[in-house]
Amino acid sequence: MMRSLMKSRELILAAAILVLVIAIASRFPAFVAPANLANVFNDTAPLIILALGQMAVILTRCIDLSVAANLALTGMVVAMLNMAVPGLPVPVILAIAVSLGALMGLFNGLLVWKLDIPPIVVTLGTMTIYRGIIFVISGGEWINAHEMSDAFKAFPREVVLGLPVLSWIAILVVLAFVLVVGRTPLGRAFFAVGGNPHAAVYTGINVGQTQCAAYVISGALAGLTGYLWVARYAVAYVDIAGGFELEVVAACVIGGISIAGGIGSVGGAVLGALFLGIVKNALPVINISPFWQLAISGSAIIVAVAFNATSSRTKGRVILKKAEHAA
Amino acid sequence: MLANTQGIADVHPHKGKGLAPVLSLTGISKSFPGVKALSEVSLELYPGEVTALVGENGAGKSTIVKILTGIYQPDEGEIFINGLPMHFPTAQDAGRAGVTAIHQETVLFDDLSVAENIFIGHAPKMRFGLIDRKEMVRKAKALLERIGARIDPNVTLKELGIANKHLVAIARALSVDAKIVIMDEPTASLSHKEIEETYELVERLKAEGKAILFISHKFDEIFRIADRYTVFRDGQMVGKGLISEVGEQDLVKLMVGRSVDQVFPKRAPELGDEVLKVVGYSHPTEFEDIGFSLRAGEILGFYGLVGAGRSEFMQALFGVTRPSKGAIRIDDQVAVIRDPNEAIRRGIVYVPEDRGKQGAIRGLPIFQNVSLPSLKETSRKGFLRLAEEFRLAREYTQRLDLRAAALDQDIGDLSGGNQQKVVIAKWLATKPRVIILDEPTKGIDIGSKAAVHEFMAELAAEGLAVIMVSSEIPEILGMSDRVIVMREGRIAAEFEGDHLTPEHLVRAAAGITEVRS
Repeated sequence: MMRSLMKSRELILAAAILVLVIAIASRFPAFVAPANLANVFNDTAPLIILALGQMAVILTRCIDLSVAANLALTGMVVAMLNMAVPGLPVPVILAIAVSLGALMGLFNGLLVWKLDIPPIVVTLGTMTIYRGIIFVISGGEWINAHEMSDAFKAFPREVVLGLPVLSWIAILVVLAFVLVVGRTPLGRAFFAVGGNPHAAVYTGINVGQTQCAAYVISGALAGLTGYLWVARYAVAYVDIAGGFELEVVAACVIGGISIAGGIGSVGGAVLGALFLGIVKNALPVINISPFWQLAISGSAIIVAVAFNATSSRTKGRVILKKAEHAA
Repeated sequence: MLANTQGIADVHPHKGKGLAPVLSLTGISKSFPGVKALSEVSLELYPGEVTALVGENGAGKSTIVKILTGIYQPDEGEIFINGLPMHFPTAQDAGRAGVTAIHQETVLFDDLSVAENIFIGHAPKMRFGLIDRKEMVRKAKALLERIGARIDPNVTLKELGIANKHLVAIARALSVDAKIVIMDEPTASLSHKEIEETYELVERLKAEGKAILFISHKFDEIFRIADRYTVFRDGQMVGKGLISEVGEQDLVKLMVGRSVDQVFPKRAPELGDEVLKVVGYSHPTEFEDIGFSLRAGEILGFYGLVGAGRSEFMQALFGVTRPSKGAIRIDDQVAVIRDPNEAIRRGIVYVPEDRGKQGAIRGLPIFQNVSLPSLKETSRKGFLRLAEEFRLAREYTQRLDLRAAALDQDIGDLSGGNQQKVVIAKWLATKPRVIILDEPTKGIDIGSKAAVHEFMAELAAEGLAVIMVSSEIPEILGMSDRVIVMREGRIAAEFEGDHLTPEHLVRAAAGITEVRS
């Protein structure tokens, strides 16, 4: 029953997105031109990548508010590195970005695991710390396009088989998540830890370790996105992606990832991110102030949570005998 | 000596102590699906007297408390207070009628102050409906002094120990001017000194003319503080009278003197080699010097009162907590178990008592609940194989006769008995050597109970060593080859053989020294 409900939840979200796209297309057919849709997807790619990392964290009953700060710090570090050593090949930069991001995620995870500090407090703290470090290392200066090497800037935009590398990376991350979440013991542990941490302990799962692993994944993806972001926009500064962590959490919530942990799917997170991405890209096209975007995503969050709450309310304890047989 | 049920309606005009009950219940029955929890029971409470309610687990004590406090409604029967018929559709109604209960786990608010806890819901008010803090603290102080509690009404509740929390609960009861105070095992988790203080408090309440219903398993305290007793057994009132006219042995007989109507599977245990040996297992606060040995094919019962330290010991054995001292040997080899993972690998599994909290994982479908501790076996090269998990789940849930529409159903949709089967199936799938079942049939219906018992017998026959923690005497007697009784964190007695009677168990668990009967 639960399964079909989840499926239907994703179907409803997919249908909502479809209705949205058709509504826009009826007035502005150019919006649904394949090239534009590819553009929208490419624009949404960072959100998709981060939402997946966030999903892993939320599944384990935690939250990672430091993703945007992690992204910005990693972006700044690789940009400065590129300035200092322009010849550094892109694969090395990618490796550094991912490792640095993972390291920051590990720091979050260890604080949650070993010191038992509430996740929201830990990541609120590290969010500020990571932003602060950017200021310290950059002295508040911007790094602009002309200070970056061409190879550094070109990588995310390079078109392979009709799509930019940035989009391809998002697709790869989605596929990897389908595999990890659905087909590995770690993915199963995410669900078990979030669904019932006490029971998870008794089945031999180390709850703190699992949560820490989720943070490392979230951090690594934030680091990866950090490089892609800075390279794509060809600029790095302290406030890059400011407040983006909330958009990431919103994508998860809209996608049906239960903030109480244990419930969610890769498809849901991706759809949630796409929904926000489409709204963001469509508003300027249909001539509505981008400020409405906040109101719209806010409403979407409330609708999604209300929907999730009502759908889970019906499954209380089955007390009546006859109801049990009927179920 | 069984006093006959006293009339209820004739309220005597004179106020002699103990003459007219302030509260009386007549013909109270209450059924739950598949269980008759109470059958035409009666109960009287007298002003200024303590009535002890005695009975085994499952005798119906908590049901009667819930009826008295308006949480359950009786199917039949009447409640009289001072001779007037009463109905308690809600807990508030019971409170208004002067009935208050102090529970084992006191229902208070940890982050509010003592005064706020005492007056929550009926705080003294000033103009505009604002709470009059000064007055509240002053009244709280007076109440606490009245019960001899040296507690500052301004401190936050969580800073108090359990005993002081009880005092706050009692002050709260007095603040609403309760006439009837129900104390549900108030001393179960208290230290010696705190217990003495509780007794003093009971004396004070008596002196104030409160009628007290005192639920306890401890015979020494019953005989010390109670004036009257009422015994429940299997949902029936089987005896009542004055404590001064009854002996410990009589009470024990009343409690357990039942015909065992449950049928347990016949077993012919074939004991194999020693699988597990525990020596001197100790924990700084929870248990001390636990030692025993367990052989393949054996069912070892652990009996004791709630809070005797049985589950705490089992958790340490399973690696959830760490013992401070002691050693275990598995197959005659020293084993150190640091975490549950290691216990599972060594072939020890633990089916915990609290299914909801420690067993079933909601949000995961049945088959994934079953396969969770076996993922190493069902996966290949680090990747899960769902078909393999499904096969495993089907194999073990079929053996347990699980009733479920489909194995990919959410486990939360199952009944308690069926959830228990899934949790047991999960552990069996790890092919353990030793299985610890903590209250395996608590709160499940009779049909599922029988299935669990049968299965337990099958497991033992297949050579598994079974440890069964149970508070139900028939289950302990019906299933165990050997019984260890724990009391206050230590092993109080070990019994073997067929001559074991319920009296043996109750005496050992309650700490009654052997008396010739």
